Amino acid sequence: MSETKKFVYMNRKAPYGTVYALESLEVVLIGAAFEQEVQLVFVDDGVYQLTKNQSTDGIGMKNFSKTYSALGDYDVNQIYIDEQSLKDRGLTMDDLQELTYEDEDDDWAEKSSMKLVNREQLAELIGNADVLLNF
Amino acid sequence: MSTLHTVNKSPFERSSLDTCLSVVSNDSTVLLIEDGVAGALQNTTASSSITDAMGNGVKFAVLGEDLGARGLSADRVMDGISVVDYAGFVQLAADHDNVQSWL
Repeated sequence: MSETKKFVYMNRKAPYGTVYALESLEVVLIGAAFEQEVQLVFVDDGVYQLTKNQSTDGIGMKNFSKTYSALGDYDVNQIYIDEQSLKDRGLTMDDLQELTYEDEDDDWAEKSSMKLVNREQLAELIGNADVLLNF
Repeated sequence: MSTLHTVNKSPFERSSLDTCLSVVSNDSTVLLIEDGVAGALQNTTASSSITDAMGNGVKFAVLGEDLGARGLSADRVMDGISVVDYAGFVQLAADHDNVQSWL
């Protein structure tokens, strides 16, 4: 059995304008099959990836925002949102979709995967990562 | 000569909007599209520079389809920025003498 590493995915781009957000999500889902510890960070324009009510009919692109809600089923349940990034953009947690997972150690209780973090906590997340992947 | 300025980059990531606003004249319109629509929301760090430009007579518009794709509703857009659709985009291009795309 190989050693488990902590993978931190840094998501810093808005969806649709560039392909980074979609590529990150695909890598996360592929990586989830390897049973590593995974943490997702949404900072800067990355916070737009998680907004509720995305509707892409008008721009003719695939709406991949619903895929984020599947992350919990892949044991990806450590999702960190940078508080300052939301604030700078006139957003709050209420503007974001709720991502949850079922805790197998607690009778499959549904729990939130999302945590609001400040820059100090963000520094800690980066500092503790074994592997940093940037999108 | 009136100019339609289109800005497709987020003001929080690139300086496109700032540069645009530093040269835009009062007979011109700034249209925010793609990731640029982020700048149209109320109470952001970009709001004050847009308000300042409006004070100088610059008109602003934002593409509704790009707002919707990003889950940003039209009622969150700053007062004074009109929400247009693709037909409105075409109309703006036709109404101005020239188009400057801040890619």
